[in-house]
Amino acid sequence: MTDVAIPWVLELLIAVFLLVGALVALLGTLGLVRFPDFYTRLHAPTKASTLGVGCTLLGSMIYFSVIKEGISAQEVLITLFLFVTAPVSAHMMAKAALHRRVNAVKRTRQTPWSEE
Amino acid sequence: MSGKLSLRAYWLPRPLFSVFLAVLWLALVNSVSVANILVGLALGFVIPVATRGFWPERARLQRFWPMVEYVLVLVWDIICSNFVVARLTLQRTRNLKPSFVTYPLDLHDDFAITILSGTISLTPGTVSAHYDPESRTLLLHVLNMTGDEAAVIGQIKQRYERRLQEMFG
Repeated sequence: MTDVAIPWVLELLIAVFLLVGALVALLGTLGLVRFPDFYTRLHAPTKASTLGVGCTLLGSMIYFSVIKEGISAQEVLITLFLFVTAPVSAHMMAKAALHRRVNAVKRTRQTPWSEE
Repeated sequence: MSGKLSLRAYWLPRPLFSVFLAVLWLALVNSVSVANILVGLALGFVIPVATRGFWPERARLQRFWPMVEYVLVLVWDIICSNFVVARLTLQRTRNLKPSFVTYPLDLHDDFAITILSGTISLTPGTVSAHYDPESRTLLLHVLNMTGDEAAVIGQIKQRYERRLQEMFG
């Protein structure tokens, strides 16, 4: 596929990162389907998106560093931005859900509105 | 309110942040040229001025090494948390024990609290849902609470909040 020959060790490493990234993202998506209510569903994507995309980007970073001779730093920045923004968006969604009193599953303990 | 100082504080509120933005831009476009440097400097000038009103009181990092330690602990915990959530995803979700927990804060600095709530969302089984500045508490949602409330609070205090307190003094 490529003109530049990549050492097999690096090729393996890239493949592992890509596969792990895809697997983690898949599990996150699965969590979105399987968890019972809005609040529990928040947990899967906040964690999986950061590590899943992070692994994929690590693979991409190694690949392009080998191909183009020179470290590509963009991937690190994308990962960093994700780490900073994912918890903020999760926080805002949870806040909005609380404000609208979106129902939690019955067995949830200590719901904030049960005390009122 | 002395003229010259407030002028600088108005147009260049965070000089270091401006430089950081310029460098960040260069890293993003991945090439150093005069045009890119000019765009980076323009961004470094406009963004701090435009967002001035949103900045909290200036937080000061007291020590450097606790910060490095914190980042390493955080990266490790993010990896672990993915395994925890993955396992819970694949198990029977009927057995989950979700719960809300009210977390009392010891931190005072707004910036440190922001970092703590972000950390809580990225680490195993907890998402921060609401910050109450009056009672100084965070409302957390715990995905699967096997122990009691005090255990969850104690773990966060011990692992993250203590380190943040060292960092911000």
